[in-house]
Amino acid sequence: MAQLKEILLKINGIKKTKQITKAMNMVAASKLRGAQTSSDAFRPYSQKFSEVLGSLAESSGEQANELLVPRERIRKVHIVLCASDRGLCGGFNINLIEKAEALAKEKEAQGAEVSFSCFGKKGMEWAKKRKKQLVESFLGVIGSKVSFTIAAASGRNMVSGFLDQAYDEVYIVYAQFISMAKQLPTIKQLLPIPPIEKIEANDENGKAYQPEHICEPSSEALVGELLPKSVQVQIFSALLETSTSEHAARMMAMDNATKACNDMLESLSLIYNKARQAAITADLMDIVGGAEALKG
Amino acid sequence: MAENIRLEIVTPEKSVVSDDAKIVMAPGQLGEFGILPRHTPFMTTLNVGAVHYENAEGNERFVFVSGGFAEALPDRVTILADSAERRADIDIKRAKRAMTRAEERLEQYSKEETDFTRARVALLRAITRIRIVETR
Repeated sequence: MAQLKEILLKINGIKKTKQITKAMNMVAASKLRGAQTSSDAFRPYSQKFSEVLGSLAESSGEQANELLVPRERIRKVHIVLCASDRGLCGGFNINLIEKAEALAKEKEAQGAEVSFSCFGKKGMEWAKKRKKQLVESFLGVIGSKVSFTIAAASGRNMVSGFLDQAYDEVYIVYAQFISMAKQLPTIKQLLPIPPIEKIEANDENGKAYQPEHICEPSSEALVGELLPKSVQVQIFSALLETSTSEHAARMMAMDNATKACNDMLESLSLIYNKARQAAITADLMDIVGGAEALKG
Repeated sequence: MAENIRLEIVTPEKSVVSDDAKIVMAPGQLGEFGILPRHTPFMTTLNVGAVHYENAEGNERFVFVSGGFAEALPDRVTILADSAERRADIDIKRAKRAMTRAEERLEQYSKEETDFTRARVALLRAITRIRIVETR
């Protein structure tokens, strides 16, 4: 009988866990929708932005802006690590952190000093524990409403750090959202800005984009304005992607957990029923045995 | 019927305006400019200020923008703003509070500090917002 009770207790416990994981799954699903909506809202801006930047870069020629020129000696590398604030999302944070760590190791092997800024508590905690040089950290950004102001502030810091020679290269590590089941940790170079791709932008009528603009003040001045902003745009899009990925990862993790709960419940109730039956059989045997003895 | 231009005002967070316009006026860095249909391709950075346009029905509309840039093509105008609000969406109480706060700060700081510049820009934004709401 004692064994029966124990199994029942376990079953109830697992049922409760299942309720929680199911609820978390649903919360993540609704947050994922929110994150996807803000990604969608950002798309027209980023699309237009790269279109304009591409056409301007073309017309202003290779008149190099300082932000575009790679440094000859890389002494200081800065890594922006985007991870989540909360756990329970499978290998999501670990994967991101490992990616950042591998990049840091590679740069350190080349004799560079590596510093970090972190979005998200998990990244920050890791950097502190490993005694990494942590310049700044932002909490409560990823996974909730990402505002452009934060991306802009961080972008400005990166650009001024780069211009003051505090950083020779800046990278961002974030989770690229590929599908519900796949989020890819990705490294992107923020500074110096990699050569701008000249996109073949077509408008709805299929006409090629007309790059011949009259520019005010001048195309060089415009590029000078746009380049720092493009860093902010990159950071913002990385933050949005990471948010979306976090919720997708949590949904998957919680889905798996719910499935695992179901499996366990199934095997436990099998054991429980077997034990119950054995107990009944034993009781019956007792009664029958007793009756036989009285007859005799 | 006269031609219209397509006006799009987008910020990183959302698309604020998507409308047909007869004329668009915007605060360029080198001064206010107006765009009519079939304008030659033109690009400029924007100051803090008001974009106003006349829509297809001939109503005048005001939109607050703070910084960013504008691109004009013969048939459309795209404004990529750091932030933008339609006149109806401006929070006048907040703008007034921001104005008092900025004014207080301006009195505290000396002119060289970066905080001074920041407060000055904040004041400019607040005043522009208030002015947009209170015109007419």
